[in-house]
Amino acid sequence: MIVAEQKTLDEIKTLVKSAQNVLVVGCGTCVTVCFAGGSREAAILASSLRMATQLDGSPKKVSDVTVQRQCEWEYLDPISDQVKDVDIVLSLGCGIGVQAIAEHFPNTWVVPGLNTKFLGIPLEQGVWAERCAACGDCILGLTGGICPIARCSKSLLNGPCGGSEDGHCEVDAEIPCAWQLIYDRMNSLGKLEVLMDLQPPKNWRSSRDGGPRKIVREDLRLAEED
Amino acid sequence: MTDHPNTNGYLVGSNLERVLHAGNFAVTGELGPPQNADASVIRKKAALLRGYCDAVNLTDNQTAIVRMSSIGAGAIVVQEGLEPVIQMTCRDRNRLAMQSDLLGAYALGMRNLLCLSGDHQTFGNHPNAKNVFDIDSLQLIKMVADMRDECIFQCGDAFKGPEPRFFVGAAAAPFADPLEFRPYRLAKKVQAGANFIQTQLIYDVPAFATFMEKVRKLGVHEKTYILAGIGPLKSPSMAKYMKDNVPGILIPDELIGRMSKAGAPWAGKSKDELTKEDKKARSEAWQAEGIRITIELIEQLRQIEGVVGVHIMAIEWEEAVKLIVEGAGLYPRPVIPEPVKQAA
Repeated sequence: MIVAEQKTLDEIKTLVKSAQNVLVVGCGTCVTVCFAGGSREAAILASSLRMATQLDGSPKKVSDVTVQRQCEWEYLDPISDQVKDVDIVLSLGCGIGVQAIAEHFPNTWVVPGLNTKFLGIPLEQGVWAERCAACGDCILGLTGGICPIARCSKSLLNGPCGGSEDGHCEVDAEIPCAWQLIYDRMNSLGKLEVLMDLQPPKNWRSSRDGGPRKIVREDLRLAEED
Repeated sequence: MTDHPNTNGYLVGSNLERVLHAGNFAVTGELGPPQNADASVIRKKAALLRGYCDAVNLTDNQTAIVRMSSIGAGAIVVQEGLEPVIQMTCRDRNRLAMQSDLLGAYALGMRNLLCLSGDHQTFGNHPNAKNVFDIDSLQLIKMVADMRDECIFQCGDAFKGPEPRFFVGAAAAPFADPLEFRPYRLAKKVQAGANFIQTQLIYDVPAFATFMEKVRKLGVHEKTYILAGIGPLKSPSMAKYMKDNVPGILIPDELIGRMSKAGAPWAGKSKDELTKEDKKARSEAWQAEGIRITIELIEQLRQIEGVVGVHIMAIEWEEAVKLIVEGAGLYPRPVIPEPVKQAA
């Protein structure tokens, strides 16, 4: 899932400074699960903004609404009237949600209320960790299901580097060394010999380095009507 | 592969390769470029190392702190009559920049290259920088070896004109984790094309001997030249700091004890009680002990089968190298004639 974190109230206040009428739009999918931008967070943020702007002496009108999936235009249609009525939309979706609103409502000023952090999993209540870098060319089959692109600080394909100590990364004792994890897992699976193969340089074109990415599935596209 | 008239049986014919090829116990040193544009710093350090090392490593933004480039500093070292080992990390350049820098380095007379991953940028003075890591150190080793042996760029295109010929080095961290994988990772580096290896600092000789035993079982020592990394301890606190904070460095308590003992005459006194002269004398006592320990370590490391040289890392203490090399009976350094240039 996409894991995000709310921006500080101060930053959000700055982002909506010029507006009088604000609509906070939450999202019912990933950011709900990570407690950053669901209906609850949207309502709390709207209320905080109302109070804060009141205390600052320039009260704003702040309402909130949450859609099931901010990243799909069809879910945005039902809120088009509310969007038209405000000066600014404060999106509590991930970066995709913010942009979906911008694309769907060309005349609406939209600003982000979250920082989209990574693609990851909840490890325990209140703790999330990155798992995928969306590099576009999955190599998990070579590394026992542990991704060195996302989880090694240097994205090494032939790790570990000399900075691995007691299972953690040289960057931070809180970061597990991905290559220690890979080694341990391949060892327990009896597949250490796979790690002896020299992995060639990665084709980063499938990642962001090839420019913005797009998938076109002709088999799924609707036939154009004549 | 281009028929290379100048290599004469050598891969490259660098001084380091010639010394190793002739079966001499090699000595490499390390020269840290300054955090400014002052060429005289390099010249002064080169003067301290010249004659005592077969080649010197030029660090590449070591610990992720911006310094004069290893290739820029290497060009000055060449002018000073000393042979550089250019260090290149994967942190700051992508494959395009690396290859173009290698063409430039070769054109400027550099012949040895050490391929490294590089310390993460969060350690240095530009922690907000974007890192590169387009390729990793093993892929870099193979890329440089292929440039020399296959005369191709990493993309596979052939050189039109002379290829850069580097004696390719790699690092080994015998005591980093996972410990069991370290001999295999070294084997992987050699398989990728590493001609020589410089290890992380060794203070625990028995532990290193165990590592080397595994390396020998893999036959790696017969396919590459392994130089053991050593560095003189400057003070007991430096030793304790390295032991506790630098991954992959083992320092036996006995050595830390010896360093402390060297400063015993000044022990138990607070900073204020020590005069400037006291501190100087204590520092000299520590340094003398550090050098004695280093010389003993070299003598022990030489006994290990497969160790064919030492890499002395005396960063910001280049004066120590002369004392260590002389003390270990490794001076003067052998002079192996350059390969005879055959008519093209």
